[in-house]
Amino acid sequence: METLREKTSGEVFINGLSVDKDKDQNEIKKIIGIQLQAAGFYPNLHLDELIELFAGLYNVDIDPDELLKLVDLNEKKKSKFKELSGGQKQRFSICTTLINEPKIIFLDEPTTGLDPQARRNLWELIQRIKSKGTTIMLTTHYMDEAEILCDRVGIIDNGKIITIDTPDNLIDELVRNGFERPKQVKLASLEDVFINLTGHAIREN
Amino acid sequence: MDKNYSQIRAMLSLTKASLTALMRNPSAVVFNLVFPLIFIIVFGFIGGSGFKIDVVIEKNSDTLNPVYQELIKSSTIRVNKDLDDVKAMSELEKGRIDAIIKIEKDPAGQSVIFLKTTKASPERGSILKMIVNEIVDKQNLAMSDLKIPKTELKEEVVEGRKFKTIDFILPGQLGFSLLSAGVFGTAFIFIGLRQTLVIKRFFSTPVKKVYIILGECLSRLIFSIFTSLIIIVIGYFFFGFTLVNGFVTFFNMMIMSAIALIVFLGFGFVVSGIAKNESAVPSIANLITLPQFLLAGTFFPISNFPEWLQPVSRALPLTYLNEALRKISFEGASLFDVRYDILIMAAWGIVVYALAVKVFKWE
Repeated sequence: METLREKTSGEVFINGLSVDKDKDQNEIKKIIGIQLQAAGFYPNLHLDELIELFAGLYNVDIDPDELLKLVDLNEKKKSKFKELSGGQKQRFSICTTLINEPKIIFLDEPTTGLDPQARRNLWELIQRIKSKGTTIMLTTHYMDEAEILCDRVGIIDNGKIITIDTPDNLIDELVRNGFERPKQVKLASLEDVFINLTGHAIREN
Repeated sequence: MDKNYSQIRAMLSLTKASLTALMRNPSAVVFNLVFPLIFIIVFGFIGGSGFKIDVVIEKNSDTLNPVYQELIKSSTIRVNKDLDDVKAMSELEKGRIDAIIKIEKDPAGQSVIFLKTTKASPERGSILKMIVNEIVDKQNLAMSDLKIPKTELKEEVVEGRKFKTIDFILPGQLGFSLLSAGVFGTAFIFIGLRQTLVIKRFFSTPVKKVYIILGECLSRLIFSIFTSLIIIVIGYFFFGFTLVNGFVTFFNMMIMSAIALIVFLGFGFVVSGIAKNESAVPSIANLITLPQFLLAGTFFPISNFPEWLQPVSRALPLTYLNEALRKISFEGASLFDVRYDILIMAAWGIVVYALAVKVFKWE
């Protein structure tokens, strides 16, 4: 769907454009934004220079400051990517997917390896982007993340989508079928304890 | 969304980014600028002393003899007065000095010059023998009654441009700079970009592959032209490097540098295609660059090598760059005059790029 790999079977349409046609592929690239898992950026460049580079690659005019402010990184604009913390790296990575004002962005396990504060901070950012009407395609291994962020969840097993629905519907259906948790759920989780003790503030340094 | 997407604009922004990154990369600056300048300085000073033959004159020699006076005056001979006779003999055997001379006057009034040379430095020995012979002949002639010599040597030295060490060293260092920029610079950066998925991220933008390559090449071309310019300017103003026709010569050298860099970039692409990861780059890249640095007349003239080795030198592309640069800078050759050198480099370029297309990996 990201046009980076050959598809094995079936048909994919992005905004009515087929990924099979070379001509359409280029049009698709213009309306999507991709955040690759663990992707690096051009070495030795500052964040604002990286944004200018991508602005050139997408042929758009943007103000790097404004975009960095959106992800709370405008104070870091003269830093290099590798000098950022894990959460900042992911925020910057998402920031670069927004440069071409895409209709759809793809996020590949954006919160993997982040501490609870940074993770919640990233959720807020994703919800902010979502509220502006951008479609977000997110892959994750964390079901709590999917439950909070997603309107529709597809579960893939062995390369096949085995179910796709809203999180509420999926849970309701399971409960309807007589499922019960072996242990009564407490009103708070250990993560809530952690956040409660260490505070919501995100720790960058 | 803008319908007329400009690949050129995308390429230029990549060039700008790549150039900014290059300027911040200490190893690029050191390899392309600092190393060549250090070599120029070092070789520039070594070359300055000229050719000297070290001679010890034995202590009990007849220093009033005219031959002695002539030897002292000679610009080619450096007379060492500090060594005693025993020490001098052992130094001679090691080749640290080239000859020992003893001047004796026997009771009959005849002068005898004893010349002891060493197998450790035979060439200098035979040159010294010629010099001493000439002095002796002159003395004999002066003493004889023969006022008009039977045979006479008329010597004429043709006026020529003085070929300084810098005129040999600087073009070689320019070649060194261009080759290392082309091979090391490209190989490291492309493997790095491949491994950190930077290239994959570029692919998700509408820019075409070929423009990614062109953008990178363009930035290296600009960077190398800039470093070449600095090397030539420093050589010209501080070391008296000869630019025969002034600006035209300079301009031709820059064109030549650009052609060479394009060929050498091809080697860089091949290396980045062959090497599995970054740590494999230096060994493969050195395999390509080191023999050329040594054999292509970068530091020593090719004619210094044994005959069986010279065809190898004659096969290397850097040889032709070095030769062309020297012809341009010292003989004032035009680009048309060095067309064969350019042609051979172009042939290398075709071979290398054909190979690069085969082995180059995007992911």
